[in-house]
Amino acid sequence: MNTLKVKIWRGAESGQFQEYEVPRLESQTVLDVVTYVQRRLDPSLAYRFACRVGVCGSCAMSVNGVSRWTCRTHVDKVAKGDTLEIAPLRNLPVIRDLATDMREFFDKWAKARGRFTGAQTRKDEFAEVKPESKQRKAVDAAIECIGCGVCYSSCEVVTWKPDYLGPAALSRAWTLANDVRDVAQKERLAAVAGDAGCHSCHTHLNCTERCPKGISPTAGIAGLKRLVLAATLKGDL
Amino acid sequence: MKNDTRSRNHPAYWAFVVHRISGLALTLFLPLHFWALGNALHGEAKLETFLRWSDQPLVKCAEVGLVLLLAAHLTGGLRLLMLEFMDWRHVGDSHKTLLACAAGASAAIGLLFLLNLL
Repeated sequence: MNTLKVKIWRGAESGQFQEYEVPRLESQTVLDVVTYVQRRLDPSLAYRFACRVGVCGSCAMSVNGVSRWTCRTHVDKVAKGDTLEIAPLRNLPVIRDLATDMREFFDKWAKARGRFTGAQTRKDEFAEVKPESKQRKAVDAAIECIGCGVCYSSCEVVTWKPDYLGPAALSRAWTLANDVRDVAQKERLAAVAGDAGCHSCHTHLNCTERCPKGISPTAGIAGLKRLVLAATLKGDL
Repeated sequence: MKNDTRSRNHPAYWAFVVHRISGLALTLFLPLHFWALGNALHGEAKLETFLRWSDQPLVKCAEVGLVLLLAAHLTGGLRLLMLEFMDWRHVGDSHKTLLACAAGASAAIGLLFLLNLL
């Protein structure tokens, strides 16, 4: 049987890659490989997963240097010869082995005012969002984000400038900036207009290139830049 | 942990690198450009001497590089402006086509300048 040489990160911020030999199987995913190592070779390996079918996004890791969902990545597509290198997501503190601390990632969603703020109560009629409206269509892709962190991990600006809100938080802000029901638009634009906000994006398109759902956070960030510019010209910011 | 070159190895990142390097190189060239123009203040003869010196084949070759840098920075800049201001519902995956157009246009401009020299 063919075997796969797998190097897996062990430790926290400091640590080293440890090599394992895993049987190579047909249609094997990278998550299958990690699971094999944890269940058969080294039960102390820490990693995170839930759905195994690309719905939850919790199994995101760095595979051969590129951040991706391990459950939706076939070994055949990424293995260099018979070797694989699996590491935790970048730009996030490592708790242990392949598990990262996502608090900073989600805290930035809050800083970007990624929470819907409505004005209606349960006694009001349902708010209508017209599917064919320009604003609704502008966020067709971005509302599909599941917060896996792949874009944040791939973003070079987050590495350069750790305060930067990052592609996912800004993309979330973009979806709400186009939500006709939301009443905190001015506050949201102020939150994303600062030094750590949308203007720090260098349009590397790392996030767009790596998003497993084919979303382009760069598009949302560009949209926010335009909204901030318009609000500034009007004197609203 | 930080990313390495494997994560950055895609066309849009290379476009960023080209834009940044061409921008820096043009910034370094600008003082030389002004110095050359400033020679005219010291009389026609001094400027003429410089212009004759710049006719050397090696300087002409360097000029092709300069034109290429200018073209790359210009087309790359236009690409960025389009990405920033265009409605992305119409850009979608075609941002790579935009990149290819920018690269093609800058290569064509450089080549035209080279052919003009020959």
